[in-house]
Amino acid sequence: MFEGVPIHWFLVLATAMFFIGIYGFLVRKNLITMLMSIELILNSVCINFVAFNKILFPEHLEGMFFTLFIIAVAAAEASVAIAIIINIYRRIVNIDVEKMNEMKY
Amino acid sequence: MIDFSYTIWILLIPLLVFVVTGLTGHRFKPIVTGIIGTTGLGVVFLLSVYTAYKYFFVLDKVEGAFQRLLAFNFTWLHLTEKLHIDIGVLLDPISVMMLIVISTVSFMVHIYSLGYMRGEKGFARFFSLLSLFSFSMLGLVIATNIFQMYIFWELVGVSSFLLIGFYYEKDSAVAASKKAFIVTRFADLGFLIGILVLSYTTGTFDFITLTGPDSPAFTSGQGIMFLGMSTMTWSMLFIFMGGAGKSAMFPLHIWLPDAMEGPTPVSALIHAATMVVAGVYLVARMFPIFHHEQSALEIVAWVGGFTSLFAAVIACTQYDIKRVLAYSTMSQIGYMMLALGVSGYGGEEGLGYMASMFHLFTHAFFKALLFLGAGAIIHAVHSNYMNEMGGLRKYLPITHATFLIACLAISGIPPFAGFFSKDEILVAAFHHNKALFAIEYLVAGMTAFYMFRLYFNVFWGKEQLYHHTPHEAPITMTLPLIILAIGSTFAGFIPFTKLVTSDSLPFETHTEWGIAIPSILIALAGIGIATMLYMKKSETSKKIAMALGGFYTAAYSKFYIDEVYLFITKKILFNYVSRPVAWFDRHIVDGTMNQFAYVTNLVSDKIKGFQSGQLQQYALAFISGVIALALLFIYLWTN
Repeated sequence: MFEGVPIHWFLVLATAMFFIGIYGFLVRKNLITMLMSIELILNSVCINFVAFNKILFPEHLEGMFFTLFIIAVAAAEASVAIAIIINIYRRIVNIDVEKMNEMKY
Repeated sequence: MIDFSYTIWILLIPLLVFVVTGLTGHRFKPIVTGIIGTTGLGVVFLLSVYTAYKYFFVLDKVEGAFQRLLAFNFTWLHLTEKLHIDIGVLLDPISVMMLIVISTVSFMVHIYSLGYMRGEKGFARFFSLLSLFSFSMLGLVIATNIFQMYIFWELVGVSSFLLIGFYYEKDSAVAASKKAFIVTRFADLGFLIGILVLSYTTGTFDFITLTGPDSPAFTSGQGIMFLGMSTMTWSMLFIFMGGAGKSAMFPLHIWLPDAMEGPTPVSALIHAATMVVAGVYLVARMFPIFHHEQSALEIVAWVGGFTSLFAAVIACTQYDIKRVLAYSTMSQIGYMMLALGVSGYGGEEGLGYMASMFHLFTHAFFKALLFLGAGAIIHAVHSNYMNEMGGLRKYLPITHATFLIACLAISGIPPFAGFFSKDEILVAAFHHNKALFAIEYLVAGMTAFYMFRLYFNVFWGKEQLYHHTPHEAPITMTLPLIILAIGSTFAGFIPFTKLVTSDSLPFETHTEWGIAIPSILIALAGIGIATMLYMKKSETSKKIAMALGGFYTAAYSKFYIDEVYLFITKKILFNYVSRPVAWFDRHIVDGTMNQFAYVTNLVSDKIKGFQSGQLQQYALAFISGVIALALLFIYLWTN
């Protein structure tokens, strides 16, 4: 599987996803979109894990399992984040991150 | 051997009464507190008399001298093996004599106050404070060491402060109590320095060691000189400063006349008979060391002599009867100091010492009597000023008779008590210092003059218009007057030379008529002048005052000592010391701190925008940091 696909293709894809995620997290004002950006960052890391596992240690499976754990944790994290977002929405009827600036000096 | 350890109860009973009445006084009727306090003091009085009887007449003497007994001792602070602070009871002739004086006068004043203070606001407080004072004063005289004495010394200062300020709603009483406290506190600072120097050089606080025949004070502290006097002389002078403050010696006397703002029984107890003689007692207690430091003793004598003259002059011009008595107290304490100052040590040489203690004893009776009599007069006419009185002898027969006895006693007319003690002082002064002797002759005449000026102004002369007909005081007030009058009449016959002497050995003395007769004549002359001027209200005294002019005005204004103090404090100390210090405090000390706070505030104000609450700004900073670190590490690893 994937024989002949060079490693740097995976790395370019993962780096691109990572920085797209960072960019999205920094500039999008909608909390849901920001959450999606975080998922992108996590998944870029997952791709790296899988790719390196396949190429460096094909006889081991640690990278795969780690990815599975990340997916599971990300799902849990997403559910918690969405719960928080819903509570924020109930409170200020808005999910714009710039409106949430009460915790300051 | 007799067990004297019960004497600690003399100290504990007034303390207990103070605590109990002080804590629960407001729960009972005021009179209950009064009765508890009086009963307590009555028990103390009986215990003191019993102790004195046992001590002087039952206890065996050692080689003819009275023993110095450590009746009770308890180590309170253990500093080093040699230096420790004890609390205990020391019995020797002067402390036993003082027990009698204090418990008698205090008991009389308690009884008197039951009548005098009746219906006053704070009756219970008054009695519990009287107990506190009695406790402190008794503790002072039976102190076994100089540190215990200092503790009780401060306690009497506090109780005096509280009692002078008893009418705390009156501004003048508050001012007087503060003045008394600050002046005596200032003097006590000297006392403390003296104690520290003394205990540092000798390594002990203990009176028995310090004043014993081979005291460390005689040998140590002699080598080092400062301004021409040895360390020991300086420490004695500092200790005397404390004594001078409490005993109202010039120039630390300014608090005593103002202290008359307190209730009259307080003036009788504290500011006439007991607390103000604490300074005399202190010098007597340390007498062997004072005697060894002749230059210090010389100063004691001159301060005493000058004060007695100075106060007598002022007493001749005052109109407030309590103030006349206050100045007369100062004058008499000056006598006692002078007697100590001219005294030698041992046998007949120690005549001055004996005379001083004798005069202290008799003075306590007749001065307490004078003050209590003045209280009865004030009680009857509601005024302190003798020019608002006159012709009272018909209305106050008992007060009149007892007051006359006290006046005769203080003037030194035989056979009343004052004659004997004053005569001994004059003899002692005659043998040691002719100049001081001459001053004392003069003062004896002036004493007789101002006392009879007071007496005639109050009891003779024209009757004034009173608010209501003056009436004799109740039995609770006249009974102490009568008892004290008996004391003032017969106390002079107590053979003090057999009981209280400088080395506790009895010696023989006899009245030197060559000195006594002129002193009686001088006193009679004083009385005679007073009779001529004041028995009938006449204008002669005013004319004499006019003729004296500036001197009279100066004496009437107490020689402007108060003004001098005010000038020194307000004009010099406040302007040139306090104000720069205050400026330094406000601008340099506070200023530095304010600058720190200001800079911190400024910086945080500038950077607080960084915490904006904008989540994405934080994230940007965080990611920039991570990227910067990553670049740094890549750079480091590749090189």
